[in-house]
Amino acid sequence: MTKTNRTAENGFPVNRREVYMDHAATTPMQEEVYQAMRPFFVERFGNASALYKHGREAKEALADARRRVSHVFGCGSGEIIFTGSGTESDNLALFGIARKYKDRGNKIVTTTFEHHAVLNAAKQLEKEGLEVVYVPVDLDGKVKMNKLADAIDENTVLVSVMYANNEIGVVQDLSAIAKIIRDKKKEWGRGVNDAPFLHTDACQVSGYLPLDVQKLGVDLVTINASKMYGPKGVGVLYVRRGVRLQPIIFGGGQENKLRSGTENIPAVVGLARALELAEADREKEVERLVPLRDYMIKQILEKIPKCVLNGHASDRLANNVNVSILDIEGEAILLYLDEYGVSASTGSACDSSTLDPSHVVVALGHPYEFAHGSMRFSLGRSTTKDDIDYVISVLKPVCALLRKASPINTKI
Amino acid sequence: MSDQLCGADGVNSQTGETWVYSDIVKEHFFSPKNLLMREAKEGEFDGVGEVGSAACGDMMWVGIKIEDDRIVDMKWRTFGCGSAIASTSMFSVMLTENGGMMLEDAMRIKPQDIMGRLGGLPKRKIHCSVLADQAFKKAVEDYQNK
Repeated sequence: MTKTNRTAENGFPVNRREVYMDHAATTPMQEEVYQAMRPFFVERFGNASALYKHGREAKEALADARRRVSHVFGCGSGEIIFTGSGTESDNLALFGIARKYKDRGNKIVTTTFEHHAVLNAAKQLEKEGLEVVYVPVDLDGKVKMNKLADAIDENTVLVSVMYANNEIGVVQDLSAIAKIIRDKKKEWGRGVNDAPFLHTDACQVSGYLPLDVQKLGVDLVTINASKMYGPKGVGVLYVRRGVRLQPIIFGGGQENKLRSGTENIPAVVGLARALELAEADREKEVERLVPLRDYMIKQILEKIPKCVLNGHASDRLANNVNVSILDIEGEAILLYLDEYGVSASTGSACDSSTLDPSHVVVALGHPYEFAHGSMRFSLGRSTTKDDIDYVISVLKPVCALLRKASPINTKI
Repeated sequence: MSDQLCGADGVNSQTGETWVYSDIVKEHFFSPKNLLMREAKEGEFDGVGEVGSAACGDMMWVGIKIEDDRIVDMKWRTFGCGSAIASTSMFSVMLTENGGMMLEDAMRIKPQDIMGRLGGLPKRKIHCSVLADQAFKKAVEDYQNK
């Protein structure tokens, strides 16, 4: 692996290129979004709770942002709650429902491969005495619908299933899940405003899939801005009218008493603009990215031996490529890619603060080896075919080199 | 583990999270010393040892050559992360530098000694270097049983 090994003869690229392929982690902020936010830092700095001019300006900007977001969700603007992150929105949904409806039931149904913002909130609720059922997914990463239906009983107050998975991009059939819940409620003689409710973490999907809440049939939806070319530190929780929540942050009663704290006007303005732009671009961008995604998957599987695609081949986000590269360890791959200008991510234990391998890849039913060698490449607006060709041109010799040094030879 | 040895990465004392490797770690990761880039031939080494598993995310293989109780060569292979590669590389240098270490002294090398030479490792990565000395001890055992 010495520098002398990493030559053109060994297949290493001669010309270095910077390729960012971690858009599922976060995206660069779009210039137009930044420009929309700018006036609200210095000139229009007012507190939206104040009555005088500065306050009114802030309040108008807030109302305008809320309206713009509600148009994309196809809901009323009163149903949009601004929060500090996708994680906070998920926490508000889980704790908010569980605590508000605790006399109606004490059970939450979710899946084994949710984002940690849902999983760890659910685990905390378990410690507080709630029952949580984690429904498994199949080998393709699709939720096992019969198991999900079996898990939802009259004691259930919330079902939380992510719209598309952050690691492997698999898209779930939310409308079908909504129908299961609707049918059960009818059977139990319950109305739409009775538990159980359906929450979805949609942080990965804005700009890739429709967010129309009527069509999806969901009661609560989480999104954030940092994955759609907007600012970090701002999220949305859509809460359907009629669904009640117990706040998790108490104070001045902002955001319809559900999320106290002075509103972050530049951030919500940025989120609204980013969401509008992502939605306007959505169909065109998906049409551009799907062939690129499929090209990249095909190239990896063809050119690099012993690779396995993680997640459903077509029911996946237009920007997600996730493969397990057997016999080598993801963090080592990642460090080499970084050396050659490529930014990507891995499900390896060595790259997590807890030293646990990806719970998502393990949830698919694969052995742990698959998680340690899993790599996610998430494409975005800047991604071109040349970028993909360059990444493959680095990945191929890096894998060959690390395999030579590896004492493992997994049979597949 | 003393904080001095673990602190070189600027670890967050609240979360224990960190990512950053020292320059020495990076040098040993990108240009590992004594790494065997193929399977060992039958009888090539006087002793071999292997620890860990692919499921755990770390696997280490070590082969040693011994002359008059002195280590004259040590080669290794790994399925492991950046710090596993770097710490084993550094360990191999410590064993073979200055004409090779006496077996008796080599057996006394502790993970802390390896980390000291590396200029520290992220706290959560410390178990990785333990693997190198464990594989080495198994190789010595193998040599002594022959």
